[in-house]
Amino acid sequence: MNEKMSMLNDPAVLREVIMDHYQYPRNHELTKEEGYRSVHMASDSCIDDITVQSKITGDIVEDIRFDGVACTIATASTSIMTELLIGKTKEEADLIIAEYFRMIDHQDYDADLLDEAVAMQNVYKQANRIKCATIGWNAMKQMLEESERQDV
Amino acid sequence: MIDVYKIREDFPIFRNQPDLVYFDNGATTLKPQCVIDAVSDFYLRHTSNVHRGDYPVAAVNDRLYDGTRAVIARLLNCGEKEVVFTHNATASLNQVAYGLGKNFLKPGDVILTTQAEHASNLLPWYRLQKDYGIKIEYIPLDKEGNITMEAFEKTMHKGVKAVVIAHVTNVLGSVQPVKEIAAAAHRYGALVAVDGAQSVPHMKIDVKDLDVDFLSFSAHKMCGPGGVGVLYGKYSLLEKMEPVFMGGDMNARFESCGSVILKNPPVKFEAGTPNIEGVIGLRAAAEYLMDIGLDNIHAYEKQLRSYFIEKMKKLDNIEIYNADNVYGPVDFNAKGVFSQDAAGYLASRNIAVRSGNHCAKILHEVIGTDSTVRASLYFYNTKEEVDLCVEACRDISVENAIGIFF
Repeated sequence: MNEKMSMLNDPAVLREVIMDHYQYPRNHELTKEEGYRSVHMASDSCIDDITVQSKITGDIVEDIRFDGVACTIATASTSIMTELLIGKTKEEADLIIAEYFRMIDHQDYDADLLDEAVAMQNVYKQANRIKCATIGWNAMKQMLEESERQDV
Repeated sequence: MIDVYKIREDFPIFRNQPDLVYFDNGATTLKPQCVIDAVSDFYLRHTSNVHRGDYPVAAVNDRLYDGTRAVIARLLNCGEKEVVFTHNATASLNQVAYGLGKNFLKPGDVILTTQAEHASNLLPWYRLQKDYGIKIEYIPLDKEGNITMEAFEKTMHKGVKAVVIAHVTNVLGSVQPVKEIAAAAHRYGALVAVDGAQSVPHMKIDVKDLDVDFLSFSAHKMCGPGGVGVLYGKYSLLEKMEPVFMGGDMNARFESCGSVILKNPPVKFEAGTPNIEGVIGLRAAAEYLMDIGLDNIHAYEKQLRSYFIEKMKKLDNIEIYNADNVYGPVDFNAKGVFSQDAAGYLASRNIAVRSGNHCAKILHEVIGTDSTVRASLYFYNTKEEVDLCVEACRDISVENAIGIFF
């Protein structure tokens, strides 16, 4: 386990990670540029309302952006997701997303793969907030699946 | 005034959840033992369907079920035959919209409502707009969600065929001047349909005095069981109105050629096996509330709310949206904290409140915020609970809201 991962075992650090991504969300601006897919996640929950965009070129997730009104958990988890998946291959992104959902589902997971996303490790304890922790991730999952179908 | 500590003994949940501060009464209410007994007696002692059995237990249920109409008639000051049992307030409101659309309105007719309405009192009308070409117009509200008679008179016109409003709005708790509105609307020949989900449980309602044409509400928001709603309608209007659901019990006879003769109201609107135990439980709930006295309940809640508001006003981190209203829930946000984060933190202190837009999704156009925390009281809540809630509100912050996950 590297040094960063051992820091990510410290609840105080994890709290800080969420706080930081909530106050300074990364990739938090939508674009009108061509070549982006877009998902408006408004149907799952009536309170969090976010839009996620992604640019998937060939096999690579080139860019992810998001915006919207949401709670700390929805905002931070989506922000972390964008940082984690930008630049990954689709296959890597699928793996990380699957691992993330395992963690949210309170199963064993590979913490190294999830990096800062491990900050969401205790969300399973508040069942009503699982939606918040997965809204952005579900949007990305949906766009990856779409791109897969269109490639074939 | 009521003895709240004695009242709390009637609610077994306070023994089973001694640390819970339940301030989500706008969503649903806790149940007293008498209601629980009424429902469980149906399962333990006298199970049957209604209006179909020739055996003694069935007769017991017929008496209890239909007898509940008399109890509700006493609660509302209406006729027994004007009390329709539905499955919730939403079903009642949909019945009104469907019935007016089918039998009373024509394309171009206007429905007058407000932006503070719950989804269940708007979406059925939106459907009429789409399906029947009727038009929807909104009465302007003041910043705390109240309709003034001046605003009403300005928006009312001859094209308005029905005024559909909540008596007490579910977010801001604005008590609308229903009696004055009904009188004015009737002068124009318009019908008045009121959503009483947040008023009937909390205040004495006299439909004759208010002179409303329809009133909808739910049992579960007045200490009763889930799955039961009531639709009050003036009998002549109920006679003229078509039911949403067709089926058993509500028909008198039908032929293979398709001709159907329906029973008279209220049974006409109660197709299929109703929620019998729920209606019997509603009877117990209504009797329980009337024993305490709706005026007593109202006065106590008003006093408790004003105690709550005064304490909340002193907190620098809290913004209240309906401080000047004298009634209803306390609607607020902690500055800089998303409502669901705030509610999550309060939950970690055993305080149950609601966050979000409370199904009133166009209200933000009036109050200027997308979502709020709603603390809604009932007559079994105490000053001590208010104190606990206020102390916890003082501590709401983004840090503490994230802290609940660690």
